[in-house]
Amino acid sequence: MIEPYVAALSTYAKDIDDVIMLITLLVGFWFLLAQGALLGFCWVYRKRDGQKAQYITGEEKSQMRWVSIPLVLIVCCDIYIALADGPVWAKVKEDLPPAERKVRVIAQQWAWTFVDAGPDGQLDTADDITTMTDLHVEVGKLYHFELQSLDVIHGFSVPVFRLKQDIIPGRTIIGWFEATGTGTYDIQCTEICGIGHGLMPGRIIIETAEQHASWLAEHSELSVASNTLPQAAQE
Amino acid sequence: MAESIPATHEESHGDSHGGHHEESWVIKYLWSTDHKIIAMQYLFTGMFMALIGGFFAYTFRMQLAFPGESIPGWGMLTPPDYNALVTNHGTIMIFWVAMPVLIAAFGNFLIPLMIGCDDMVFPKLNRLSFQIFFLSTVVLLASFLVPGGAFGGAWTAYPPLSAQSAYSLTPWGAPLWVLAVALEFVAFLMGGINFVTTTMNSRAPGMKMHDIPMIIWMIVIASIIFMLSVGPLVAGAVMLLFDQLLGTGFYDPARGGDPVLWQHLFWFFGHPEVYVVLLPAMGIVVEIITTFSRKKFFAYKATLYTTFAAGIISFTVWAHHQFIAGIDPRMAHIFTVTTLLISVPIALITFCSIATLYGGSIRFTTPMLWALAFIFEFLLGGVTGIYLGAAGSDIYFHDSYFVLAHFHYTFFPIGIIATFAAVTYWFPKMFGRHLNETLGKIHFWGTVIPFNVIFIPLFVLGLAGQHRRIYAYTLFPDLAKAEFQDLRVLATVALLVLLVFQVVFLYNFFVSCFKGRKAEDNPFEANSLEWTAASPPPHGNWPELPTVYRGPYEYSVPGREKDYWPQNEPS
Repeated sequence: MIEPYVAALSTYAKDIDDVIMLITLLVGFWFLLAQGALLGFCWVYRKRDGQKAQYITGEEKSQMRWVSIPLVLIVCCDIYIALADGPVWAKVKEDLPPAERKVRVIAQQWAWTFVDAGPDGQLDTADDITTMTDLHVEVGKLYHFELQSLDVIHGFSVPVFRLKQDIIPGRTIIGWFEATGTGTYDIQCTEICGIGHGLMPGRIIIETAEQHASWLAEHSELSVASNTLPQAAQE
Repeated sequence: MAESIPATHEESHGDSHGGHHEESWVIKYLWSTDHKIIAMQYLFTGMFMALIGGFFAYTFRMQLAFPGESIPGWGMLTPPDYNALVTNHGTIMIFWVAMPVLIAAFGNFLIPLMIGCDDMVFPKLNRLSFQIFFLSTVVLLASFLVPGGAFGGAWTAYPPLSAQSAYSLTPWGAPLWVLAVALEFVAFLMGGINFVTTTMNSRAPGMKMHDIPMIIWMIVIASIIFMLSVGPLVAGAVMLLFDQLLGTGFYDPARGGDPVLWQHLFWFFGHPEVYVVLLPAMGIVVEIITTFSRKKFFAYKATLYTTFAAGIISFTVWAHHQFIAGIDPRMAHIFTVTTLLISVPIALITFCSIATLYGGSIRFTTPMLWALAFIFEFLLGGVTGIYLGAAGSDIYFHDSYFVLAHFHYTFFPIGIIATFAAVTYWFPKMFGRHLNETLGKIHFWGTVIPFNVIFIPLFVLGLAGQHRRIYAYTLFPDLAKAEFQDLRVLATVALLVLLVFQVVFLYNFFVSCFKGRKAEDNPFEANSLEWTAASPPPHGNWPELPTVYRGPYEYSVPGREKDYWPQNEPS
């Protein structure tokens, strides 16, 4: 359902798409059944001359069954959805597989700053690479990201990864992703963050190992000279 | 006061219906304690605010369809304007349209008339309730005129954005917004006290608990839910006001506060609030479909007890608004289960409404069309909620246009479709005249069809990952594609069509008020007590208060000549 519009490019994107498809099939069935009953009754029981309505209280068990049996089946569907959904949620939000790469994401009114750990793989070292707006990542590597905000609540969303997480000032929220395909896509701020909320685009550039290596080489020299975080608009 | 109904009447209205002197227009219409006049005050204020909320929707939909172009009636729309308009559209439509119309207007009009008493038990509190509500309306509208403009931090007002003017850039607008919302809640608390007390104490002799019409039960349960949930939010709002004006740090992490605290307090109220407006809407639908299918309501008791259950469960689902907001991820599993669970009582009420049609003799009058459309549209709003209640799929849909389309498929049926159902159904009772049926049906189709054409494209944009509250998508290459822009234009054009058709309603409403065909007391041959009063009912409602002998849904009882059996008719 999502893929015709947005590519699925993370190791958990397909899992989320599968949950969405499962929900579509189950609720779609009940939706069509209920609409069918509604429209069918409207047609069959429209007013006709000389025909009186029936007197049905719905309080007797034999009558209640028409509602209670569907409800039990709906509860079963709900349980099935919860069981299918739980592991997907846990995979994205609770599990934290070991990191191969690290990146820090800093949001502020109204810009993104990305700090790549650089060749040594450690944040807060001299070879960190700081970029604005563009996040460069390597395909097939497991990234940990650290989300920080300098002012208000922002939201870090990468639709092609099916990843979304609010960024809370005063906290560092850690999560992970692993890209499965290359290309350049939108990063969105998904929590209203002031008058420039719509003027805060980001881009994720998912690169092959070679492309990423050359980007790293190109930038690490520069960044050694200026390795501190921009303290821009906060004060 | 409740133990002596006739005395209440004399005390609270004094000389007002003794015929000693003519009341001035101000006393009669602006300073009245009559529940019907107060209902009209709420109804007309709500309708006025709906026009403003609709105009706001027009401005920001125009901006989204034709970014950067001058909008007729507004001009160039800047990003601060956009945020303020989006924020106040949501605020107005929920707190100043759905609440005052569904609960306050129809609660006030219907409760005394449907349970058979002459007025609310606390008429002066009722008048004060509307006066405070009116004040809150003035405060909210005034926030557009202050330096910095109206608040633009979304109707959910998450701090720190809402708490500090350095972030929101609306030093006056933000506190006025909080103040208006808090005043409004005070007004509805008073209303709720009146609704619950009146229903419990002032019912006509013979009206047992299971003889109370479903709409009255729904308003009472909604009032209870509101009164139990609003406390934490008012406390939260006071802390927010302190953060804004006194520089406290309740929500400021730099000073030991926590911004997520507000989200818990807000949604602890905010989700029950959905049921506060949903339940009266469903009650309206029950009254109308039983009348126009000439059927007893299917499973009255099961529906009633299920509604209580839904009210209780509604207090346990709030954090599904916060799955990705930085709460402990393990909590998501619990809230997924409670959220999926609440689909069950709502499904039961919906199924019982559909089952009521079975074996009926359905008349497709204008109110019946609205009531059926409510079920039809609300079903889509209901099932799309499952995607958002399941935490895993919510990761993708959260804060996207899918959410927006989902809740408009619930709130539009609630706040607009059910309201039109109620207005067209009770209009003869309210004004003593009939609406024009042909114009009513033109307005119905001219509203319901464009509604779907607005929001189905927005579902598609949600699937495509379009995020909310964005002024223009030109900076987002994945969303700026021409095929998505076509969908935005389609939604906006459909909105324009919908708005134009509201002129038909306004014309029909105001012309029929004065020139419509005179209505008899019980034009639809319905059972409940309001139809035994004159149309419109005089001050005091009945010359002699009615006595009740049966439930409100005894339609097409076998062995009776007539296919209805009024509640007050001795057997």
